[in-house]
Amino acid sequence: MELDPFILSRIQFAANISFHILFPSISIGLCWLLVFFRLRFTLTGNKDWEYAYFFWVKVFALTFALGVVSGITMSFQFGTNWPGFMERVGNIAGPLLGYEVLTAFFLEASFLGIMLYGKNLVSNRVHLVSSFLVAIGTTTSAFWILSLNSWMHTPAGFTIENGVFMVDDWMEIIFNPSFKYRFIHTVTASLLTSAFFVAGISAWRARKNVDGPATWKVLRTGVVLAAIVAPIQIFVGDLHGLVALENQPAKIAAVEGIWETEKGAPLTLFGFPDEEARTTHFAIEVPKLASIILTHHVDGELKGLNEFEDAHPPVAPLFWSFRVMVGMGFLMLAVAWWGSYALFRNKVGPWLLRALSWMTFAGWVASLAGWYVTEIGRQPWVVQGYIRASEVVADHAGGMVLSTLIGYLLLYAFLLVFYILTLMHMSSKPARSLKESIDFAAPKANTPKPIATLGAV
Amino acid sequence: MDYWLPLIFVSLMGLSLLLYIILDGYDLGIGILLPLASDDEKDRMIETIGPFWDANETWIVLGIGILLIAFPSAHGMILTHLYIPVTLMLFGLILRGVAFDFRVKVTAEYKSLWNKLFFVGSLLAAMSQGWMLGSYVMGLESGLTSIAFSIAIALSLPAFYVVLGCGWLFIKSSGEIYTKAAKWARTAILPMGVGLFLISIATPIASSTIAAKWFTLPAAIGLLPIPLMTGVAYFTALWVLSKEEILKAGYGWIVFVCMVVMCLMMALGLAYSIFPDIVIGKLDIWESASSTASLEFALIGTVIAVPMILFYTAFIYKIFYGKSQPLSYE
Repeated sequence: MELDPFILSRIQFAANISFHILFPSISIGLCWLLVFFRLRFTLTGNKDWEYAYFFWVKVFALTFALGVVSGITMSFQFGTNWPGFMERVGNIAGPLLGYEVLTAFFLEASFLGIMLYGKNLVSNRVHLVSSFLVAIGTTTSAFWILSLNSWMHTPAGFTIENGVFMVDDWMEIIFNPSFKYRFIHTVTASLLTSAFFVAGISAWRARKNVDGPATWKVLRTGVVLAAIVAPIQIFVGDLHGLVALENQPAKIAAVEGIWETEKGAPLTLFGFPDEEARTTHFAIEVPKLASIILTHHVDGELKGLNEFEDAHPPVAPLFWSFRVMVGMGFLMLAVAWWGSYALFRNKVGPWLLRALSWMTFAGWVASLAGWYVTEIGRQPWVVQGYIRASEVVADHAGGMVLSTLIGYLLLYAFLLVFYILTLMHMSSKPARSLKESIDFAAPKANTPKPIATLGAV
Repeated sequence: MDYWLPLIFVSLMGLSLLLYIILDGYDLGIGILLPLASDDEKDRMIETIGPFWDANETWIVLGIGILLIAFPSAHGMILTHLYIPVTLMLFGLILRGVAFDFRVKVTAEYKSLWNKLFFVGSLLAAMSQGWMLGSYVMGLESGLTSIAFSIAIALSLPAFYVVLGCGWLFIKSSGEIYTKAAKWARTAILPMGVGLFLISIATPIASSTIAAKWFTLPAAIGLLPIPLMTGVAYFTALWVLSKEEILKAGYGWIVFVCMVVMCLMMALGLAYSIFPDIVIGKLDIWESASSTASLEFALIGTVIAVPMILFYTAFIYKIFYGKSQPLSYE
């Protein structure tokens, strides 16, 4: 079998980006939760919030580290595997990535040091501000990278000279048509992912009776946040879909499994899309509903896949990913509302706690599925309508790419196993501070006290 | 501006990479020394770099980022050619970066595994960087000379990082580790010196372009301070390390300063050798530069952000100033 470096490079990039996104999808939201815990402690003086902070800041540090190292890999991949991309669109992509490094990476990496280890060296206020700056950093990072990502879906504000993209208007590039929706959809996704993450782990801790009232406060925060954010996310996702319809009709046609252009298109709830036969087998359809949802007209016209022959994304992965994302979204909505209701009535049973801990990583499933819809939905293009992915790939030997791909997959599998094992191990222990009678309420600046060693954190 | 912008960006890129070599250099050096320390000392040593390493590592992201922003075609050419060492470096940086957290958070039985991976990651990253540097100086050629040269740097750079790491331990630690750091530095500084000396001699022999730049009058006279200063810094470090009483009096930091001076001089020498090319003999900085509009936009951000970064970096070094305290989240 001939090893195709193009396919292998794609799989490698997909593996890298899939692994990477797991961690920011938790850490962006989790960092804002940490700011919230810190703020609650500062305002109320209630030590539970301080314990909550201490436990979750450790989880954050681990998650953040995994995000950082897998993110660095991404920035090198452009050069090692896709050199043509930067040669063609470097004028646009370069500065956007540069702004991410300059305004976000240094900020978060620098203040993380204070956030993690500076509690005794700075005042409570500086520590709070440091946590806040790290949260700003993670969100700013998302801003720039999603601006570039959105531009690849809905390119704007440029002219082309000799095949090279030249800048025409930076505001049009940064705030390209899909950016606003993608940014909100992604940050909201992270809030939802981290809400279920903290609620799930706290539910597990609550069942094992670890850390008492602090655990319940975090559980409540996570569940209520999820209950608020889940419906917003579904609404924003819908708006995002409308923008995609306008700019990337082939993506929507694949998501909905629409083969022929038609007016009053039905919504396919379920079925088996078949690209060879160009039909969806055993489709369960609701008449006219796709047109109503997407065009807000009973007889609105939707373009079918056959209009984009040779330039539409693979249908089945999109069709299924979309259904996984939406299904997961509604499941999260249901559990979050059930949980909020139970917490409000003060009647939390073991089944709710079980359901929450099963759904600890529900956000990962939905986020990955969502990103597959977005990214696979752009294929075969790397910049929608202008550059195909196959045009920019590096001309490496297939065997070499295969060996690095295997290396990455093994490494990522190893890290993921350890990440989850470590989370479980940490969750089964009380936040160390809970056992000690240190008076956290009066943090003393610049007076190091006999404290725990690194070995114990 | 067409003339100046690529110059500004190539200087910024050089500066970022130089800062990376120095700052993450001491982190990686300490990582390489880890197996020589007892379990308790391992914790102490990592405490000296814990609050800094993440920001230190960001300088390579900025350096490579500037290469990408300002010289996209060179970015593609260099990284495509360095595919294997870049991948190995990334594996190394990944392992080292996550080991900081895993080694203290996993169950006790796995702690020693993550200590080992901390070491493996640090060494792998340092050697790969040496390989990349060697390959780059040889103009990305794949001949035998180029390979031999890359191997020589791949072996010398870790030794340099180790001495730099010891210098950092002199600044941040005391007691037993301080004494051990002196022992380690004495062992590493000799092969490091021999390695760097051989590389300096080999460079003009291996590359006629570089030879032509150095051995013509009057340039040769003007350039003399570079090897001289490098030599002075090296022998000062060697002398300080050999004098137990100076080290005991707490002057170990001089070794760190000497290493920084050496690094600075070698960077200047390298910059002179390469300039104005970005890929030696293949591509110069103006040929590979992005459009002026893009560089102007990037420059605005750089002019605002870099001073801020330097400012808060200084702020953080001030907070964690002095001998390191046991790290704790409390």
